[in-house]
Amino acid sequence: MKLQVSSRLAVFALLALAADPERQLSVAEICDKYGISGHHLAKVMHMLGRAGLVQSVRGARGGYQFSGNARRMTLLDVIQLFEKLGSGHNRLEAGDRTNEGRALREIVDEIDDIVCATLGSITIGTMLKLVSRRRAPPAGAPSPPPHKYR
Amino acid sequence: MLKSDHQPHLATGVAASTHATSVKGAVAARRVRADDVPQVFALDERVTGVAKPDYWQDIFERYGKHRLNERFFLVAESVETEIRPRILGFIIGELRAWEFGSEPCGWVFALSVDPRTRLLGVGQALFDAISVEFKNAGVAKMRTMVARDNRLHLMFFRSEGMMAGPYIQLEKEFD
Repeated sequence: MKLQVSSRLAVFALLALAADPERQLSVAEICDKYGISGHHLAKVMHMLGRAGLVQSVRGARGGYQFSGNARRMTLLDVIQLFEKLGSGHNRLEAGDRTNEGRALREIVDEIDDIVCATLGSITIGTMLKLVSRRRAPPAGAPSPPPHKYR
Repeated sequence: MLKSDHQPHLATGVAASTHATSVKGAVAARRVRADDVPQVFALDERVTGVAKPDYWQDIFERYGKHRLNERFFLVAESVETEIRPRILGFIIGELRAWEFGSEPCGWVFALSVDPRTRLLGVGQALFDAISVEFKNAGVAKMRTMVARDNRLHLMFFRSEGMMAGPYIQLEKEFD
């Protein structure tokens, strides 16, 4: 499956903030870490703020601070702010009222339900553990250039 | 199928051995004993709402008394003597080999933690304890199966580093 860019940016931003909940990060700092567009991320941060997952901090050293519960917030909670997931959101399409359409719908719904179950079982806290298990490359090894998301 | 309802948590890990009790923090994990069975039965009934006294007696006979080098029925108890009930949770697993073409590995098929004792590290203590037993028994992998809608169990096992395996569970209803 492919996540929308907004969903990916949201997960990246939350991972950066939840890694140190006491610390504030600006949009620019998060963009630098992931090599992403500030304009798009600003919109994503606004959405996360409205959902109560991050808190905007004003002032000269302002930015955003993680305000959720990393041990309870799941990837599904985050991604569903930006895109519809799950078999219940699938609209009827041409052929769906036929037996073939219903059989295909059953398979696609099964896949959608597995996607939701997987994303709903992984918390931000668990993601941070997964991240920490991935060791940084040894000193001197070249790092791949960051991708720019527009 | 795992039935209990408990929260994932950062916890203290303990290792259960056949004879000694390992203690770390507020919870100790060890092998089940006969006098634990009434509390295990009561805990399961409290969590699932279904009384299964014969089932638990049979489980104790099979997993608490026989083939103990490959079957592990562990309970977690509070080291605080004033806390009652004493048994805060249990985990049951065993070594299985060559089922579904799988090399020998440890399977966890039951895990239950008293909802009243969350955030004490009970789940993690049990998970850590059975992990040690599996490793000591010579296997390099552990598996479990969780209902797709059991988010608490899924979240817990994920938080302990478990990922989706290479198998897909299939089923069919008879007409």
